[in-house]
Amino acid sequence: MKELQLFAEAIDQCVRCGACQAHCPVYDQERSEGTVARGKLALAKALLNGQVQIEQRLAEDLSLCLMCGSCVLKCPNKVPTDQIVGAMRRLITADQGLTPSARAVSALTGSPRLLNRLVKTVDLLSPALFRKVPSSSGLRLRFPLPGQHNRTLPATASQSLFARFPEYTQGQADRPVVGIFAGCATSYLFPAIGAAMITLLTRLGFSLFFPHDQGCCGIPARSAGNGRLIDQLSSANLRAFSRRPVDYIVTACASCNAGLRQLSVPDGPPPFADKVLDIHQLLCQEGIDRQLAALPRGRQAVTVSYHDPCHLRTRGISEEPRRLLQALPDCDFVEMSGADRCCGLGGTFSMHHYGCSQAIGRRKLPGLTASNAALLATACPGCMIQLQDTINHAGLPVRTVHSLELIIQALDGQRP
Amino acid sequence: MFSPRPVNVFSYPLPVNNQGFSSGFCMISDQLYQALQDLVGKKNVSLERTDRITHSYDATQHEHLPEAVVYAATALEVQEVVRLANRHRVPIIPRGAGSGFTGGTLPVQGGIVLVLTRMNRILEIDQENLTATVEPGVITAELQRQVEQLDLFYPPDPASREFCTLGGNVAECAGGPRCVKYGVTKDYVLGLEVVTPTGDLIHTGGVTMKNVVGYDLTRLFIGSEGTLGIVTRITLRLLPKPAAKKTMLIQFGSIEGAARAVSAIIAGRIIPTTLEFLDANTLACIRDNPELPIVEACQALLIVEVDGDEDMLERQAETVLKLVAELDVVHTETARSEAESEAIWQVRRSVSPAVRRINPNKFNEDIVVPRSRVPDMIRALDRLSERYQVPIVNFGHAGDGNIHVNVMVDLSQPGMQETVDQVLEQIFQTTVDLGGSISGEHGIGTAKAPYLHLELDQATRAYMLTIKRALDPDNILNPGKIFLADDQATEQLR
Ligand SMILES: Cc1cc2nc3c(=O)[nH]c(=O)nc-3n(C[C@H](O)[C@H](O)[C@H](O)COP(=O)(O)OP(=O)(O)OC[C@H]3O[C@@H](n4cnc5c(N)ncnc54)[C@H](O)[C@@H]3O)c2cc1C
Ligand code: SF4
Ligand code: SF4
Repeated sequence: MKELQLFAEAIDQCVRCGACQAHCPVYDQERSEGTVARGKLALAKALLNGQVQIEQRLAEDLSLCLMCGSCVLKCPNKVPTDQIVGAMRRLITADQGLTPSARAVSALTGSPRLLNRLVKTVDLLSPALFRKVPSSSGLRLRFPLPGQHNRTLPATASQSLFARFPEYTQGQADRPVVGIFAGCATSYLFPAIGAAMITLLTRLGFSLFFPHDQGCCGIPARSAGNGRLIDQLSSANLRAFSRRPVDYIVTACASCNAGLRQLSVPDGPPPFADKVLDIHQLLCQEGIDRQLAALPRGRQAVTVSYHDPCHLRTRGISEEPRRLLQALPDCDFVEMSGADRCCGLGGTFSMHHYGCSQAIGRRKLPGLTASNAALLATACPGCMIQLQDTINHAGLPVRTVHSLELIIQALDGQRP
Repeated sequence: MFSPRPVNVFSYPLPVNNQGFSSGFCMISDQLYQALQDLVGKKNVSLERTDRITHSYDATQHEHLPEAVVYAATALEVQEVVRLANRHRVPIIPRGAGSGFTGGTLPVQGGIVLVLTRMNRILEIDQENLTATVEPGVITAELQRQVEQLDLFYPPDPASREFCTLGGNVAECAGGPRCVKYGVTKDYVLGLEVVTPTGDLIHTGGVTMKNVVGYDLTRLFIGSEGTLGIVTRITLRLLPKPAAKKTMLIQFGSIEGAARAVSAIIAGRIIPTTLEFLDANTLACIRDNPELPIVEACQALLIVEVDGDEDMLERQAETVLKLVAELDVVHTETARSEAESEAIWQVRRSVSPAVRRINPNKFNEDIVVPRSRVPDMIRALDRLSERYQVPIVNFGHAGDGNIHVNVMVDLSQPGMQETVDQVLEQIFQTTVDLGGSISGEHGIGTAKAPYLHLELDQATRAYMLTIKRALDPDNILNPGKIFLADDQATEQLR
């Protein structure tokens, strides 16, 4: 309760105008007041003044949040509902314990070692967490969790990012030292994205610090309401990045960006808040967009569109990825309508509410289809998983990619 | 006609956070709960505290717990819920998006909050007859987007249009900036399907522009704030979408200049789409924002927008500027692009957040006075502000005399509530004295009920109450709204 108490003033800033209804992806599906920011804040207030106790319905309403921050962006008073929901989920967890799926997520993200081994011994561990299925039509791994039996997931990579790159790479002496934060999905599911990031930054002459003892960014733990794990991961990441001074911490994952920013210490401001950069920001700063634009244009261009991850969009980062994509020599960039709509993943949200999550995802389809894009680029591996799942279910001939993959291919003279 | 009841059910108790419910009505029995579940399904009815809390408020920030929350999916369900409520003597409170500013959807006497947001299908857009038929839960902006894709136009544009429902718009007769030229919600409703307070399904009006068969019940329901019936289907008139628009920002050295400019524009036979004004107190709140193009000498400003065919617009804009040129204008600006137009509207949009910084509590009233009396009203408001030492900022729709009066106070100061009550009463009295009306678009609900008598005489109120009592003998539908419990007019009924 103490943690929620800290938000008491912020909660009071909600003037109940209802404007958040227009921006909440979950409300858009459910159309019930308990799912929207205003309703959650009313519950937070009621919890604080003892008008309600934690009850089943309250926990259900609170589970119906993607923590996407869309409401915060448009709220006239910028009430941080996503963080307040986080605090309430931790309160519920403290009261009722973790739900089974939250426990699975926590087991997974809480232990780099487990993940590492998991990669090498998928078959051994799979009865516990993952089950391997025939690798047909992108349908490879399935969650053995209730309601998830239809989800399509990418296969885990054979070699994690940590096995491929050293902890420290010396660059040019006059250039900044960049900390690399990979994140779980990049490290284990899509190491190619991490490799692209590290390769590009190395070429730009940065010194790179890639601490191998870094942990999960904490976003899934926040979403699951696992306060203890958030603290553990915070101190693990703080420890990892305190081993060497860095000028920036760069990530290619929108969610990790948000997770690192929120990483907190008991007293004092969030230590990484001003250091974290999205890779696209850094590449634009370095003029990679101009470099791409100067490349000779191919004759047959592939149509590519872009999906805004909420964790970048709500921080005002939407321009940079587009600028880079527009500059690609072998791609025609088309803006799709609804590019800024949430994909519906939302941390553990899609595990509790796969149906609703899929429905939110499907809202992307009309815009995507109308754009005629063959590739859907984005800047978050989480969004990639969810978008590809949505696309697979719709049977569309579209592939999701991380924009970095297209960028490095272009710079290396390959076609997408 | 009236069933004998120990207490007056038009009672108006307004304790914030009422826990017990006023007598006269019954509590929700197990039997009623069961019947509701059978009717709408277990998932769509709840007595849980969580759901009661999340349906206890609207944009007024007052709270009253309902006893139950029901989500309806069809008119038939609405009908059956109303019948059950009648049988069990439990109030029913229709609810749209809960964005109302006057407490219309607050369950002040407990009962069932009946939510209509899931009845949100656009049933038809008839491109030949230029009509749209919708369910009440459709969001205003959603309909606008759909019809605009077909080059059609649904003009009423409340600032809440991205989230308020068309059912709520009908119930409050919502308006917006565009209403100067295009009128308000009631000018677009052709026909309604309504569940009456006793559970019958009736149809008013139709799909045609002309219709004089029987009483004009459509108009009776518009603005009735969910007290006379629950709207389950709406047929709306559409217009062809204007080809283009042009936005102008005109800054004045005095409020008189701005007010005379409004009259001059109208007298010059130009009806702009919007004619928004900001007074000096409002400007003071946003002046420190360097992104806004407000010049130092500016004491009032108008945002003027004209729409129509591209080639006419240029001329109209020039005429507007010519008409106002001599009237204490200190700066003018005409948008050349959509981006520049947006930049001008940003001035208006920055007002609400900025105003809040003055003081934590805002009393937002939407009075209307005849267009020509706007300066008199603003001066009177300035005097009141001075006399009671409370900041009052005013902005709004100068084109139709609809002023948003914001009394900004800190209610935690001792005695402030009493001061506010006095100030509001004075504001409404002055409004009525100037030939105006105490609400232009937000309705009466609970917030303005204490002031109703300032505008409507006893006979008129009695006439309205007679209608309400005839249609809703058990006062089931949205009790405690519009009229005060101890309204003298109720005596005329006995
Ligand atoms: C930020 C903000 C800006 C606003 N700007 C404007 C503006 O510019 N112009 C304006 O006119 N208003 C404005 N409003 C007020 C409000 O949005 C309107 O009154 C709107 O019409 C209410 O719609 P709702 O769906 O939210 O209705 P609710 O608030 O849910 O209900 C309002 C009333 O309608 C009744 N009701 C709802 N649905 C039905 C139905 N189907 N049948 C019968 N009765 C029903 C309810 O019982 C209640 O009495 C604003 C509000 C906010 C918060
Ligand atoms: S937009 Fe912000 S202030 Fe308005 S209801 Fe939602 S959370 Fe509250
Ligand atoms: S964070 Fe996202 S899902 Fe949660 S209430 Fe806000 S808009 Fe809705």
